[in-house]
Parts: sequence; structure tokens; C-alpha cells
Amino acid sequence: MEKMPKWADVVLIPLISLLLAALLSALVILAIGENPIEAVNLMVTGALGSTYGWGYTLYYATNFMFTGLAVAVAFHARMFNIGGEGQAMLGGLGVAVVCLYVPWPHWSIALLAACAASMLFGAAWAAIPAYLQAKRGSHIVITTIMFNFIAAAFLNYMLVNVMRPQGSQDPATARFAETVHLPTFQSMFSTAENVMFRGAPANISFFVALLACVVVWALIWRTRLGYEIRAYGHSETGAVYAGISPVRITIIAMLISGALAGLMAINNVMGEAERLVLNSTEGAGFIGIAVALMGRSHPFGVFLAAILFGFLYQGGAELALWTSIPRELIVVIQALVILFTGALDNMVRMPLEKLFLGLRRGAE
Amino acid sequence: MEFFLTLIQVLDSTIRLATPLLLACLAGLYSERAGIFDIGLEGKMLMAAFFSAAVAAVTGSVWLGLLAGIASSLALSGLHGLASITFRGNQLISGVAINFLAAGLTVLVAQSWFQQGGRTPSLFGGGRFVPIEFPFAETVSGVPVIGPIYSELLSGHSVLVYVAFLMVPATWWILFRTRFGLRLRAVGENPAAVDTAGVSVVGLRYAAVAICGVLCGIAGAYLATALQAGFVKDMTAGRGFIALAALIFAKWRPWHAMGACLLFGLLQAVALRFQNIDLGGVVIPVQVMDALPYILTVVILAGFVGKAVPPRAGGEPYVKER
Repeated sequence: MEKMPKWADVVLIPLISLLLAALLSALVILAIGENPIEAVNLMVTGALGSTYGWGYTLYYATNFMFTGLAVAVAFHARMFNIGGEGQAMLGGLGVAVVCLYVPWPHWSIALLAACAASMLFGAAWAAIPAYLQAKRGSHIVITTIMFNFIAAAFLNYMLVNVMRPQGSQDPATARFAETVHLPTFQSMFSTAENVMFRGAPANISFFVALLACVVVWALIWRTRLGYEIRAYGHSETGAVYAGISPVRITIIAMLISGALAGLMAINNVMGEAERLVLNSTEGAGFIGIAVALMGRSHPFGVFLAAILFGFLYQGGAELALWTSIPRELIVVIQALVILFTGALDNMVRMPLEKLFLGLRRGAE
Repeated sequence: MEFFLTLIQVLDSTIRLATPLLLACLAGLYSERAGIFDIGLEGKMLMAAFFSAAVAAVTGSVWLGLLAGIASSLALSGLHGLASITFRGNQLISGVAINFLAAGLTVLVAQSWFQQGGRTPSLFGGGRFVPIEFPFAETVSGVPVIGPIYSELLSGHSVLVYVAFLMVPATWWILFRTRFGLRLRAVGENPAAVDTAGVSVVGLRYAAVAICGVLCGIAGAYLATALQAGFVKDMTAGRGFIALAALIFAKWRPWHAMGACLLFGLLQAVALRFQNIDLGGVVIPVQVMDALPYILTVVILAGFVGKAVPPRAGGEPYVKER
């Protein structure tokens, strides 16, 4: 017998967790002597009150969709991929290599090649931890953490010693050629008399992210491989009994996860910065954890959670601009969301389950 | 002679840099030996670094600062315990949350209290731990070889450095020679057996997590009030994760933990002093030194050079009467 209806599990628990996180965030804002209601107002107008705000919100959301999907796919195979940050960094390297060293005639072909390269680099960075988990039993969480740091050092080396243009002091690559610049929302949606999304970084990658959500949904719930991944995540012994190879599923799930995290680079490196800089990921790999947890590892949930975090990011930037509340408020909110939807899940779940059981008994 | 003095200086800075690693590593040792994975060492250190520096700056007393640091780190430990022991949540996710919580809150509160862009005012005078000079350090310093070793290398560190290194034999003794230690290790290997013997699994695990909090608190306070003079944003800079790496490298054993922390401290000291190292034509870039602790840990984890096996019940919440 189910302890509570499905809608409670899918909708009610995340909502309550989110509410708790919001409540505590409000208390934090109060504690540092600011007005939470005014802060929320500022965030909403800043992030959603104009197409410019939306342009930033959706740009951040695009990043988080990719990294959120990456964490979600690994979650389905009961693995915790903290390495999204490093995989996204390597994805950026892949994009930079493709965009810098090949003279592309048109952005659309370049985008396809960049997608392939970023996924390849991201997956390659996930491959070693995946292999070590599958074959040697090294804990994936620890190895992916280590690989984040190794990626940071590697990227630092590549940018400072190899890819930096001569005469430049900045640890960054040269700017990509004009032909590989992706169309922004401004160029896509503006009309002659009405300029929309002016100067905002949202670009065509947003639609790639939407596509990725659909593809991941189909993969997890509509293919044999997806079924195997879910079966393995549900019960390893059961999966082995059904003839599913743990080694194969572990490695494939991590490769997909790494590829998705790497794919983020088409948005932040190719779409926004148009060159590879140090720390281009800006922690998006870690936000993917919060996004996947909040979205209950479902692509649609990830989509919604990514938009929410995009809003928080842009809203937080506006707050930092107009008040004395620093951007780190977002990090606190992110921590609280991870805490309540992830680690303290049972704190919300147990009383709810009791409540629903009591209701059911009352009805009988 | 000049080479010898350089060596002494590098080793001296190795000890300074290894101290926070060692404290955090031993902190993780208690927690993980009791079956509670802790990837929130970084966050706890950061929190303690801020609160120790903040209180030391306001009160002018480094000892009050130390207490505040330990208290703040303990609070996060309590949160970790609540999530992973009481509510049987995912310990890794809880650790990630704690790291972010500390990264955000420290800057937020620092900005609100001091308005200096997420840092505390610089500490001076009684707000910092002062070096302890060993007796006769001045007089002996002229003696060749032994003099510099005694007066430069061993003498002249803050009290927390000696505390950290004394914690190594203490930890060994507690874990392997006391009843509490035996139970603590048992609860990380087979909690059901401990429960059957009538000892509280929950109590033991909370105790371990609390010790972890205290040690992380000292580590953070050392960073902000002894190694440096004040808190700056993200000042732990991945040290919590290097400590975690050292813990795995040491295969969860106290003396080996000291060895691993000294090794990783040496890497940091060398990277700080030399930047790119030229070894007869082959240049080792500084980034290799930065990445080396992590690479070594992955190699150890891979089990190609002696396998690292974590405590068996690590990461598993304990459910009574399964």
C-alpha cells in the first residue's frame, strides 16, 4: 500500500521544502537588517519585470537545465555526480577548441560541432570516475570531487600556458570568430520597432536545453536503456538478477551525465562569453544538484527548478546592485534548498505520511 | 648552507600549512570512523574561520574567537547530525548543503557586520595567536644544523600547531586504546552489533560528529587568527577537500593522516615558494603541484597502490530493528 498519494510525493513535498527554504531565507534577510518583502519585490521586477530581466533569467536557467539533467540522470542510477562543475569546465575546453581552430562557415554547423565536442569532453571527464566506480569500487562522490579540482588546475594550465593569445595578460582564449557567434534572443525576437531582450545573454542554447529535457525524458522512461538505468538505481541485486550489468549501466549513466554537464558550455562559453575564461562555469555544476533534487530527477521538474534558480540568480544580482545584500544570498538559498529537498527530506516526509495515513483511516 | 636554510624555510611553512589540513583530517577521521561521511569539512572550517575572526576582531580576544569558531562549527555539525543521523538523510547531500551554507552565510554576515566586502577587519595584538618561542631558541639558533631546526622549524609556531600535532597520538589512543574508541569504530563497521550490545548507536554517532565539529572549529580558527590575520571570503580554498583526500590517502588511520597532511602541506609550501619548478629543462608548472593531492588520492582510491577501504557502514543511516 502506498503511504500517500502520488501527487503529495511529487508536488506537496517539494513545495513544502521550498516553503521552508524560503522562510529561512526570509529570516536570514531579516537578520541582516533588510526587508524580505522588499527584497522579493526587487527580485521579481529585476528578473521577471522586463524582457531584459527574462533574458538573464533564461540564460542562467539554460545552464542549470543542463547541469540539473546531468545530476538527475546519475541519480536515476543511484549515483551522486558532484563532478558537474569539472565536466562543464572540460566541455568549455571542447567548445573553445572547436570554435578557435576550425573556420566554420556558419554558426549552425559550428553549434552542432560544439555540441558534439562539449559532450565528448564532458563525458571523457566523467569516464575515469565512472570506470573507477564500476571496476574498482572507488566512491564516485569522492572521485568526482577530486576531478573538479583537477579540472580547475588543468584549465588554469591550458589558459595560462597554452591557449592564451600572445601579448595578453588575461588567462583566457582569444575571442571566437564572428561566424560562430550564436543568435541571441535579442536578434531572434526583436522587431524593427520593438527591441526585446536588449543586451541579455539568453541565446539559442535555451532551445537546445529544452530539447535535452525531452530527450532525457524519452531516454529514461521510453527506452530499454532508461529502464535498465532505473532498475539498477532501484535495486542493484534485482538488476543483476534480471541480467543487467552494473558495470555497463554505471559507465553509461555517468557518460550521459558528463555529456549533459559538458553541453552547458554551448550556452556560457559559445553563447555568452564567446571565449573561454577562467571559472566560466561560475558554480553552475553545483547548482545542478539543487535543481535535480528539487525537480525530483524528472526532466520537467528539472526544467521548472532551473527556471526558479535562474530567477534567483538574476534576482540576486539585482539585489546586490540596488541593496547592500550581497549575491551570496543566493548561495544560502541554494544551500537551504539542497538541505530541505535532499538531506532533510525525511523531516518533511515522515509527518506528511503520518497525516495521510491518519486521513485514510478516518475515511474508512 | 643556503640550500639548507631554504629547506628549513620550506619545511617550516609546510608545518604551518599542514596544520589546518591535519585538524580537519582528524575531524573527518572521527566522523567517518563512526560511519558518518563528512564532505562538509570545508564548510565547517570556513564558518569557524569567519566567526573566530569576527569575535576576535570585536572583543580583541583570540581565545573568545576560538570559542566562537568552535561553537559555529559545532552548530553545523549538529545540522549534519540532524540530517544524517536523526532523519536518516543522505550524508553526502547534507555535506554539500553545509558547504554552500557556510560559503553564503559567512559573506552575508561579514558584509552585514563589517561592511568591508565580505571580510573581517585585520586582526592585531591580542586578536591573533602569537608564536610560542621555545626556551633557548635565540641562543641555540647560531649552532649549525641543529640550531635552525630547533629555533626555526620546531619553535615559533602558534599554540594551535602544537595542539594539532598532539591530537595525532591522542586520536590514536582514543580510537585504539579506549572503550569509547572501540565502540566508535564498531559503530562505523557494524552498528547493529553495537546496538545489540546495548550501546546507543545514535549517541555514539552524535559524539563522533561533535568531535568532528570541535576539530574543524579549531582548524578554521587557526586559518583566520594564526595563519592569517582575519577572514576573507572563501579563505579555506578547498582545504577541507584536501583534508578529505588526505583522510582517504591515510586510509582512515591517525598516524598516516599526519604523514598525508605533511605531504600535502609540503606540496602547498613548494607551490607557494617556487611557482614553476625547473628540473633540468623539464618545467613542472605550478598547476601540477595544485592538482597533485587530488591526483594522488584518485590513484589511491583506484586501488592500484594499496586499496583504500572505507569503514563498512559509512554513509548508511542506521535503522533500528530492520
